[in-house]
Amino acid sequence: MEQPILEMKSITKEFPGVKALDEVTFSVAKGEIHCLVGENGAGKSTLMKVLSGVHPYGTYSGEIFINGEPQKFSGIRDSESAGIAIIYQELALVPELSVYDNIFLGNEITNGLTIDSYETIKQAADILKKVGLDVNPETKVKTLGVGKQQLIEIAKALKKDVKILILDEPTAALNETDSDNLLELIKGLKKQGVTCILISHKLREVLAVADTITVLRDGKTICTLDNREHQVRENTLIRHMVGRSIDNVFPKREKVEIGEEVLRLENWSAYSPALGRQILKDININVHAGEIVGIAGLMGSGRTELAKSIFGNPDHFHVSGKIFIKGKEQKFRNPHDAIISQLAYVTEDRKGNGLILIQDVKTNITLSNLREITERGIINENEEIVVANEYKENLNIKTPSIEQKVLNLSGGNQQKVSLGKWLFVKPGVMILDEPTRGIDVGAKYEIYTIMNSLVERGMSIIMISSELPEILGMSDRIYVMSGGQIKGELAGEEATQEKIMEIAVEY
Amino acid sequence: MFDEKSDPQKPSIFSEILSLLSANFSQYFMFIALIVIMLIFTIATDGVFISSRNISNLLNQMGYIAVLAVGMTLVIVIRHIDLSVGYLAGFLGAFAAIAMTSWGWPVYAVIPVVLILGALSGLLTSLPIAKLGVPAFVSTMAAGLIFRGALLLVTMGTGTIIIRDPVFNAIGNGFIPDIPDIGFLDDRHKVTLIIGVIAIIFSIISAIRSRQKKISYNFEVSSMPMFILQMILTSAIIGYVVWVLSGYNGLSWSLVVVLIVVALFTFITTKTPLGRHIYAVGGNPEAAELSGISVARITQLVFAFMGVLSALSGILYASRLQSATTTAGLGFETDAIAAAFVGGVSAAGGVGTITGSIIGALVMMSLTSGMNLMGIDISIQYIVRGAVLVGAVIVDRATRKGR
Repeated sequence: MEQPILEMKSITKEFPGVKALDEVTFSVAKGEIHCLVGENGAGKSTLMKVLSGVHPYGTYSGEIFINGEPQKFSGIRDSESAGIAIIYQELALVPELSVYDNIFLGNEITNGLTIDSYETIKQAADILKKVGLDVNPETKVKTLGVGKQQLIEIAKALKKDVKILILDEPTAALNETDSDNLLELIKGLKKQGVTCILISHKLREVLAVADTITVLRDGKTICTLDNREHQVRENTLIRHMVGRSIDNVFPKREKVEIGEEVLRLENWSAYSPALGRQILKDININVHAGEIVGIAGLMGSGRTELAKSIFGNPDHFHVSGKIFIKGKEQKFRNPHDAIISQLAYVTEDRKGNGLILIQDVKTNITLSNLREITERGIINENEEIVVANEYKENLNIKTPSIEQKVLNLSGGNQQKVSLGKWLFVKPGVMILDEPTRGIDVGAKYEIYTIMNSLVERGMSIIMISSELPEILGMSDRIYVMSGGQIKGELAGEEATQEKIMEIAVEY
Repeated sequence: MFDEKSDPQKPSIFSEILSLLSANFSQYFMFIALIVIMLIFTIATDGVFISSRNISNLLNQMGYIAVLAVGMTLVIVIRHIDLSVGYLAGFLGAFAAIAMTSWGWPVYAVIPVVLILGALSGLLTSLPIAKLGVPAFVSTMAAGLIFRGALLLVTMGTGTIIIRDPVFNAIGNGFIPDIPDIGFLDDRHKVTLIIGVIAIIFSIISAIRSRQKKISYNFEVSSMPMFILQMILTSAIIGYVVWVLSGYNGLSWSLVVVLIVVALFTFITTKTPLGRHIYAVGGNPEAAELSGISVARITQLVFAFMGVLSALSGILYASRLQSATTTAGLGFETDAIAAAFVGGVSAAGGVGTITGSIIGALVMMSLTSGMNLMGIDISIQYIVRGAVLVGAVIVDRATRKGR
């Protein structure tokens, strides 16, 4: 058998109180696409941090071999010079700089003293061709979409002599077209001899591109599967990941009686002064009690803008049109007003604008409804602990304690904290923006179960999602957005992925 | 309500104590550093540093910086800075002096008016920051220049203004009254001792109450020996400070003012929704806004608090000098910012406590006082204080990392 390009043997990494990696063994053959899957908190990211030197030699036990040579990385520089490049989920580009500046950031081509722009642009253009990106290297990065930015990240990695390229959830923020492009690119890189390690929650993607799949669970290697003939099945993978078989990805919900109308928008339009253009146009939608309404659409179709403009308009768009809550017209000056009217908005970006990461679980849960636990102007901290523990139990938030900083929780558990926070305001209508983005299969299932139990109790949910199976599996009714407009409405039972996509791409 | 039942993992008490210790390490660290600094100076000055007279002086001198440090803590917590506080304090001190000496206003009117003016000034400075997103650095620096000009303007004709009002001057120089001698502890300030005893009793009662409340909620509480140890420690610290102070004139009015300010703002930051909102805005302004908190309103409020405390600082300073001078307020902001950072406030926002900053102020003030006693030249003093400031922040960052 050929010598593997990368071997990690008996890697154990402990954090105070947790064993993040427990004797993990991981072996990658030269020139393959090797997918690493597992639930959030399974140890995938930690393993890659060990490999890339973020956790330097000495802070873990075990051995790393590259082409049979033992390696002792004391930092990212070391792993880079060994030919390892890692691209994180969160992009690390400088938006105000041009594409070529970003690609060569930290490795500028100089003619002695100053940057040689001509040479840089020329080389950048070559690299961009390699990743199949057709943009002017002098464009500022901030003007490009997330998909293209992702490709620039890869271009940045490729300019060095990369032998092993690690991609951590590269498609999490991409729409289907961009995802497909990216996966094609990875396949192309494989032909050029680059070994790829891909971390992804999107199992269909994994099954489509992987030669080999390694499953981690609770910091242990569960199995390594050969997928060169695409012989691995999705439910097999899920079973290995969660240790149990999920027969149905979407939990069944009791038939709920659809009640009266709780929210209605009439001729709702919004103009963004920052972007200088109309972002929402003549939107008319309604939501009833006990209903899950899905909002589908491609990236940039205006779904998040719609949600935020309803929820007190914190981005200060110029909004026109009417909003009715339970038949009464309301005007929200800020999110606070919206909360008073029993609206809740669980953001798509829990780290950016959803949670206060440096604060603990209980402080985050009670933040939007402190009034509930305040007596004569003083916060009853004991009551707060009771409340937070209640949500921890009910939502199955996996944390050693509610005093744990949210920063230290996995994505799925952060999302549950976010949900708990908004459930505590006792909302009538909950807007969930990408509620399962970047979280694992098990936690997704739990969140769907929670959503079901909420509508069963008469709450209404508006769910914005880029994942069509989720929209189809959960929604009673689906609105499809495109170009800031509602282009179609489908009943849950008549909708199919094809029908939605047909409407979504219409402009 | 939900299908899935959880299976909470209970951490051991030991790991909980450990996490509590590491979570508050920076504060404990500065507290320990303060004690070490005091010990060093005590040895270096043959005990003069720890004498009642010196400790009393040290605490009274730090009043006008301590109140600024309290306000600055909040400002830095919400990710801003206020460079105008020194000159605002200087200007409002001069305003108070003029109001009393030239216009003949009674002191009881002057003080509230000055405090309100402080609040308004802070509010005005914050408007470009909160409403237009102008960086606080710029807006408050501009305000500082304006206040400095205003100070020079009002003192132009007179130069230094001597304040003769005994009530006003007592704020910075006076001590609380004592009862007549009773033939027992006559060399001590008895009212100070009585207040100390009351404070100890109060702290013990409230600790017991809070523990009982927790037990009634079926929460885990620290073990009885641990609890008693904590109470003994707290009582000992209060008792010792009070004992030292009672050996020299007792509690000063300026210390009383500082204690009230510290108690009030500790209460606001730790016990009220407003405090939570301030830390939420500092921790993540976008998330705070989406949680129904008006970031603009909190910003204005915090700067208004800062303004009131600047006014108070101006009063304490003018009263201590019994005059308003053209250079009053010079460099106060540096001392206040330094105290906050030494006390563990993070410039990244959302982190920092009032008590931490007070300890920071005490550290900086002890350095000044101790080095003065040792006769160290002012040039070296600046260098030492600078080194301590950057050292404290480095330790703070190092211990925060990875958490």
